[in-house]
Amino acid sequence: MIVETPDRALEICGVSRRFGPTAAVSDVSLSIGKGEIICLVGHSGCGKSTLLRLIAGVEIPDTGRISLNGRDVSGPAAFIEPEARNIGFVFQDYALFPHLTVRQNIRFGLKRRSKAEAMERTSDVIDRIGISHLADRFPHTLSGGEQQRVALARALAPQPDILLMDEPFSNLDQALRDRVRDDTLSLLKMLGTTVIMVTHDPQEALSSGDRVVLMKEGKIVQAGSGYDLHDRPATAYAAEFFCDFNKVPGVYDAGIIKTAIGHFAYPMIVENGSSAVLYVRPQAISISLDQGDLPGRIEARNFHGEFEQFLVRIGDLERPLRIRTTKRLPKDAQRVLISIADDQVLAFS
Amino acid sequence: MTSHIAAIGWRKKRSGLRWLVCAGIVATFVGLPLAGLFLQAIQGSPGLWAHLISTILPAHLVDTLILLCGVGVVTTVVGTTTAWLVTAYAFPGRRILEWALLLPLAVPTYIVAYAYLDILHPIGSVQGAIRWWLGYSSPRQFRLPDVRSMTGCILLLGFVLYPYVYIPTRAMFVTQSANLIDAARTLGISRHGIFWNVALPLARPAVAVGVSLALMETLNDVGAAEFLGVRTLTVSIYTTWITRSDLPGASQIALLLLLIVVGLVALERWARRRQRYSADARRHRSLKPHCITGIKGMILFMLGFTPILIGFAAPALYLVTEALKRVRFAGLSPRLQHEAVNTISLAAIATLVTILLGVVIAYTNRLRPGAVSSWSYRLATMGYAAPGTVVAIGVLIVLASVDRFIDRTALEWFGLSTGLLIMGSGAALIYAYAMRFLAISAGGIDAGLSRISLSLDHASRTLGQSPAGTFRHVHLPLSKAAITAAGLLVFVDCVKELPATLLLRPLNVETFATHLYGEAARGTYEEASIAALAILLIGMAPVILLSRIGRETR
Repeated sequence: MIVETPDRALEICGVSRRFGPTAAVSDVSLSIGKGEIICLVGHSGCGKSTLLRLIAGVEIPDTGRISLNGRDVSGPAAFIEPEARNIGFVFQDYALFPHLTVRQNIRFGLKRRSKAEAMERTSDVIDRIGISHLADRFPHTLSGGEQQRVALARALAPQPDILLMDEPFSNLDQALRDRVRDDTLSLLKMLGTTVIMVTHDPQEALSSGDRVVLMKEGKIVQAGSGYDLHDRPATAYAAEFFCDFNKVPGVYDAGIIKTAIGHFAYPMIVENGSSAVLYVRPQAISISLDQGDLPGRIEARNFHGEFEQFLVRIGDLERPLRIRTTKRLPKDAQRVLISIADDQVLAFS
Repeated sequence: MTSHIAAIGWRKKRSGLRWLVCAGIVATFVGLPLAGLFLQAIQGSPGLWAHLISTILPAHLVDTLILLCGVGVVTTVVGTTTAWLVTAYAFPGRRILEWALLLPLAVPTYIVAYAYLDILHPIGSVQGAIRWWLGYSSPRQFRLPDVRSMTGCILLLGFVLYPYVYIPTRAMFVTQSANLIDAARTLGISRHGIFWNVALPLARPAVAVGVSLALMETLNDVGAAEFLGVRTLTVSIYTTWITRSDLPGASQIALLLLLIVVGLVALERWARRRQRYSADARRHRSLKPHCITGIKGMILFMLGFTPILIGFAAPALYLVTEALKRVRFAGLSPRLQHEAVNTISLAAIATLVTILLGVVIAYTNRLRPGAVSSWSYRLATMGYAAPGTVVAIGVLIVLASVDRFIDRTALEWFGLSTGLLIMGSGAALIYAYAMRFLAISAGGIDAGLSRISLSLDHASRTLGQSPAGTFRHVHLPLSKAAITAAGLLVFVDCVKELPATLLLRPLNVETFATHLYGEAARGTYEEASIAALAILLIGMAPVILLSRIGRETR
């Protein structure tokens, strides 16, 4: 039994939704505090967007219960229509009404207020988001970044209890995306809005939310801060989602994982003698011409600007190790030494 | 388990339910006449079936099938060759042909038959000109084969119905990427071989759709067949009811006709089984036509112009001259003005009803997708395939029993007889029009709605609008053009409709179409040319619309 507390903006309890034979969301429970910014992340088809739509009420759960601000909105007792939930939704394609101007779009959600109040609120939001120069234009004349801001303004205008955003930055090009994201998130933080944002981009998830919720096949894999998910992933799936690890097979024996690239102390709950896979981040391996534990041979190198990636063949290891470093090695370097710190590795059975 | 039951319980509370119920009612409304027809047909005495099999079936069924085959062949040949002609070749006048080839669509089958009966009359203008040219003086010395024959009927219907094949086939040729054609040519197929080896096989699904529509139109026809003396099943339904007042008999023939329609639909599905050709829109590059100028180009133009001449230009020219003669002679009679009011008001009311019902089923399908709404949609749009006579007989059966019920109840409670309340008011005709043309309205509206992103619906709902409010503030303004176009098509089809109008119009109410039918059936050529010209002019509106759409997609 979940006790309703006033500081809970959203409570999801055992929610499932099937589409034919596939379970889009299965038995998901999550609770979100007021003012929190949550990132739902996962590969496409993991159910993150469906979960968002279930919260919005445009999709109906098969089982389970959803409550917003302590009020049941989806559940055995009641179903509140999306228009009565007081939520804001920013869509991936922005979903601006093409037949309405920016101002009319923003005023669309204010029909329950008096005319004067709606006008005032519209102008207020337009000023706040900084789009007063766009107010009388039609959506198709706006750039992607401008459309995104209008969509945000429209969703925020009715002062929703919770703002849902479905891949809100994915339609912007890379250079613009970072800036728009920073602006948007700092604004939302300042307003104290509760936000659930869906993204498929691991970097965006780690940098945007107070809390990151990783989903896979309709289930929550792990939820926690960005640091938790990145540094202490609970499963191999979570680890691989956020980082492109080197994976080295090994054997676990009395607190030690023995691999072809060395022995590492690692506490694990598996039987002695069973196999384990060592996960090493490419940037956690140091590479040098003269200092290190293991000899290797450079097979390929690829300069990315901010770092350089080396493929280094170690002994009889099946695959070369990927190593990323900001260090410069001579062009003709062949033989190198590498070393890996004990506390930099992860292992999963 | 209990939670599952509970889940079903609260799902039903959704507001879209009202729409779903309405869609179900619309579907019932379309299904009822068909059910009534079926019941009436099986209730008929067994002796009737024997009579049917021994007298009607052999002659009428065989004639119907011959007509279908003939029209199928003519429309396929004319439709595909003209489509290929204006797609693959560039010659002087091609741009004009592209849209002018649609013009015969404006000519209803009964009007083309009406016009040619006079044009090709032994003492008419064409045969007279031929005789003059050949030096004969009397029709006894030389006359063309009588147009009142199966061959005449097949040719005339074929030359007005080929646009049904031309439109989808040409769309298919245009949208198929030129890369396919180029690939075929690099694989050693000649320019002429392309048509047979690549273009035609690719266009087969489109041809199948087009031919099946043309054949449904053929089955629907009652005027042309009767004027030209071809005894089709459609004509025999009409005569069975009108001359013998034999409703069970008419229902039985109608049921047989429906069976043929079902067969046609099945044949069409079969012809395009496993065929889902899709052109990649992003890399689309349309076929570059082969340039032909000079005499050869002129010949191509004449070739493309022939179907227009036969299917549109000649009958239209004839109607214009005859109508002008008549107006000069007698002016516009009050009778014609009455008919204009009747025709327009019946069509306008029917259009309004049809569009409203179309909105209900198309929007329900979007709002609450699922088995119930999709079956409602399918059932409600079934009427397009049913010939007008079949629809009319079905509506007649349903409404006659409703009328009887009202009459009896009124007699019991108030002691007065209401008589044929619904049948007499023209409501039956509106019912039949709506049932028959609902597919056009729903299909058009559905196409318009499907261009609107679903996220707009969700945006509107999360911003506080109900489903109905979302329709009013988002869908309606965004699909205005599609709804208007659908309304125009329905309106024009109502004006052109003959078979159901003949059977269901209230006493003493004449429309342009029934007036024309009456004069042609009596063989008196008086004011009908004016009525026919009016129908033709109204019928050109969707052709203009279609040609504009065709140009936009390019």
